[in-house]
Amino acid sequence: MGIIKTDKLVFEYIRRDEEGNVEGITRAVDEVDLDVKQGDFIAILGHNGSGKSTLAKHINAILYPTEGTVWVDGMDTQDESKLWNIRQEAGMVFQNPDNQIIGQVVEEDVGFGPENMGVPTKEIWERVEESLKAVGMYEYRKHSPNKLSGGQKQRVSIAGVIAMHPKCIILDEPTAMLDPNGRKEVIRAVRALNDVEGITVILITHYMEEIIHADMVYVMDQGHVAMEGTPREIFSRVEELKDLRLDVPQVTLLAYELKQSGMDLPDGILTIQELTEVLAAKYKG
Amino acid sequence: MIRDITLGQYYQADSVIHKLDPRVKLTATLAFIISLFVVQSWIGYVVAAVFLAVVIKLSKVPFGYMVKGMKAIVFILLITVVFNLFLTPGEPLVTLWKLTITKEGARIAGMMAIRLSFLIIGSSVMTLTTTPNSLTDGMEKLMRPLKLFKVPVHEVAMMMSIALRFIPILLEETDKIMKAQIARGADFESGNLIKKAKAMVPLLVPLFISAFRRANDLAMAMEARCYRGGENRTKMKPLQYKARDRIAYGVLAAYFAGCVLIRIYL
Repeated sequence: MGIIKTDKLVFEYIRRDEEGNVEGITRAVDEVDLDVKQGDFIAILGHNGSGKSTLAKHINAILYPTEGTVWVDGMDTQDESKLWNIRQEAGMVFQNPDNQIIGQVVEEDVGFGPENMGVPTKEIWERVEESLKAVGMYEYRKHSPNKLSGGQKQRVSIAGVIAMHPKCIILDEPTAMLDPNGRKEVIRAVRALNDVEGITVILITHYMEEIIHADMVYVMDQGHVAMEGTPREIFSRVEELKDLRLDVPQVTLLAYELKQSGMDLPDGILTIQELTEVLAAKYKG
Repeated sequence: MIRDITLGQYYQADSVIHKLDPRVKLTATLAFIISLFVVQSWIGYVVAAVFLAVVIKLSKVPFGYMVKGMKAIVFILLITVVFNLFLTPGEPLVTLWKLTITKEGARIAGMMAIRLSFLIIGSSVMTLTTTPNSLTDGMEKLMRPLKLFKVPVHEVAMMMSIALRFIPILLEETDKIMKAQIARGADFESGNLIKKAKAMVPLLVPLFISAFRRANDLAMAMEARCYRGGENRTKMKPLQYKARDRIAYGVLAAYFAGCVLIRIYL
């Protein structure tokens, strides 16, 4: 069993009108099976309302399944005695950077998680230092979070999670509120954590560019997993992605269109470099 | 930028008073206020004045900042002085028309004025030299015994520090909503007081909604980071008394004992 495993996970919520009468039941997550290996970089893709954030909140035991089970490192999330262990092992970064920073100074915010876990003072300082260095925010440790840019704030949030020494971090659309530069900053930091520290990453996003480095991609639609595979496999199915209202990266789309008009190209080209190499090799002679 | 505003009235300086443990400063402020009511002779006030002057000098905060706090209470001060001056019975000193100033009245009025202004200046010294953050830390630690009476000390301190963190964010949000409403023709400037108050409604409603949403998000983020109240929590920056704090306590005790002795023997 991998670090994160879900078995036929179902989550339903009840819609009520203003008087509190039941209007209907919505299945936000519908029979999802995930199995994530330690050290993997997983991307979960989907447009708004596809259930991807709801799924993420199950992994951190913020929501509990209506049916089915979620295991984090072998612990059932419905087992209340393990709740804090689960939240420590599977850290979570949310969308809005302003609403998840608690401290009034960067270093205090990063220390918040370890403080809650009862880590001794001396070790808190060591953890804060190493986490801030890991996301490249160490020189800002004395700053007020209010004066940082969106990307920097999100990196502080990530540092706050890794200071708890999790085995896995879940990022719920961490870049949705950032400008393109901030997005790159955050994704670079996340990839470094995965490569260097070996932390399992589950990245939830609707930006296609962010998933090309993932080991495994799950595409969600209306609560269930519509597609799964490596980024290359996913991007070779351009028509299906379009049906799910997802944008394909421009290079991939270009390669796809070229192929459609008769050019002999491989499936699922992900980067500009890849396409230029293929084209250059083709027209050398 | 609205985010650059300083909160509270902290005055940044590098002084002994700034470096003192917040608990020392809180205790000292309380002791100083009590001492003002313990002493009842002019010698006592001279001692208090000297003590206050030395502390202000050490704090390196310009005296002007201290007096600023006085503005708020000028009115109360005047009323107190006037009432005491004219309404205290005793040996008449001056008689103006039907109003009589008595000797006792003049004495009590003078003492009241000194007490109130020393009280305000004394507490300003604390707020000017302590960041809101360390103030909440100090309060949490000092009020810990109240836990025995089921007072949620840690929770109150946490709420205070979160409120402080969100003040600039909500201010900026107010600014944003205001501009959005002005862009759509809202008028916050003209009209009488009632009209102005009514114009605030389209500002306050979205602000409240957004504040609740933020609170909800923050609570979730705190839980996700294993926050479960004050139990078994360690501190990244625990408050620890240093040599200078012990000396400060010593000086404070000497001052307070002096005040009590003045009360008894003079």
